Amino acid sequence: MRDDIFTKRRNGNLVFLLALLILSVGSIIITEYDVIKGFTSITRAVIWGGSNFYPDAESLRILPEIFPKLQETVLMSIAATTVAAVLALVLSLAGSQTTRINRIFSIVSRGIASLFRNIPIVAWAMVLMISFSQSPLTGYLALFFGSLGFLTRAFMETIDEVGNNSIEALQATGAGYFHIIFQAVLPASMPQMISWLLYMIETNIRDATLVGVLTGTGIGFSFDLYYKRFDYHAASLVVLLIVITVIVIELVSNNVRRVIL
Amino acid sequence: MALLELKNVTKNYNNECCALDNVSFSVDKGEFVSIIGPSGAGKSTLLRCINRMVEASSGEISVDGLISSSLSKKKLRKLRTKIGMIFQHYNLVDRLTVIENVLHGRLGYKSTLAGVLGRYSQEEKSQAYRIIEILGLNEQIYKRCDQLSGGQKQRVGIARALVQNPKIILCDEPIASLDPNASKIIMDHLGNISKEMGITIIVNLHQVEVALKYSDRIIGVNRGKVVFDGAPCDLTTRQIRDIYGSESEDLIIDLGERHAG
Repeated sequence: MRDDIFTKRRNGNLVFLLALLILSVGSIIITEYDVIKGFTSITRAVIWGGSNFYPDAESLRILPEIFPKLQETVLMSIAATTVAAVLALVLSLAGSQTTRINRIFSIVSRGIASLFRNIPIVAWAMVLMISFSQSPLTGYLALFFGSLGFLTRAFMETIDEVGNNSIEALQATGAGYFHIIFQAVLPASMPQMISWLLYMIETNIRDATLVGVLTGTGIGFSFDLYYKRFDYHAASLVVLLIVITVIVIELVSNNVRRVIL
Repeated sequence: MALLELKNVTKNYNNECCALDNVSFSVDKGEFVSIIGPSGAGKSTLLRCINRMVEASSGEISVDGLISSSLSKKKLRKLRTKIGMIFQHYNLVDRLTVIENVLHGRLGYKSTLAGVLGRYSQEEKSQAYRIIEILGLNEQIYKRCDQLSGGQKQRVGIARALVQNPKIILCDEPIASLDPNASKIIMDHLGNISKEMGITIIVNLHQVEVALKYSDRIIGVNRGKVVFDGAPCDLTTRQIRDIYGSESEDLIIDLGERHAG
């Protein structure tokens, strides 16, 4: 019998690998993707990038021009994320299994969360452009909607993870709903929620660049502009600055996490 | 009049018969009552019916002269302030300090705003300090509860119940997760509370010998029915068989020791 389990497991793994192989090869054949050409062109891309796509001394002149743009992008991401977090907190309290008021609230808030989460941020940006044209507001709202969906889901799971125990205890003492939320649920889940919030801010700064390309605002627009002018040195400087910014934000939020968790 | 009275209390989960089947008994002020019985006999359900954490399907429960099933939500909260509860898994908010967890016992007396903001009066704080001192937790008072041992956590649970100024304390398997030393400390505290403060203790227990040692009275439950209700000295091997059914042959109980000691 025991051998049977091992044989079964091995066969299961083999079947899984085979299925993966068929899927992969099938996709390559159907899309007529040339694997060899794909890999060899990577080296060509690297050679091209190395010889053109780097910031030179001359491109540094654009620094005063793009710093305000970078600042705008970072601040917009932070604003969108934090405002979304406040709303997400309310939605998640209404939606979580442990703190929901009743089924209907829970279904509605879960519905809102999954609607916002499942529409890609790029789609949000395009749709919102129709109403708000190319303005920072469009970018702000696109980030806001995306964050709202994600954070609601993340917060809801955080609250569920904290569990029922302390809620039960406080109910037994005669504490009311808001007492329990503020004295037990929030203190227990806040550090994890802040951690999600920091992650969302990092992600949004990256996404803000993409949204900026579409909505013509912030650092994304600068990149788009230089790139389309074939000013690759300036464009690469913009990319480098974005990378540095994201790394700095990541370092800061890792430190914050270490302190609060 | 008895402090707590149950009349024909029945509880069905999902129309299945019967977590509790026609349970009737009454408990006086200051009594120490142990409820024993096999797992799944309905001990936890019985305890939770008393403070309406679980709603009884039929029957009548009166606490301190009030019939609990007829109470409005607000009055139920008020009744619960009179009934402390401690749990097998302590059910503390682990990220908060000992004193904060103890003061949670006062939330039932507070208005929504005062409770949400955690504003406790000087009196309440000094009462909490006094109780913490009685339970020997002076050194841990500002420690976070996730840094405490199991026995210390359970003492915080007891302090939280005591700070409610309860008339009854319900204990749901208070020592099931503790080592023998910590178990003894907890049971000694519970014994003192009933003797010296005149607070009624009702405790669900797995260990028959502990029940024999500490109780004024033992209630044996099997399949939702009360099959024994009397003084520890009246509990015979035959009655233990009634309570635990056929499993009793395997029980590690030495009734002879009781008579010797």
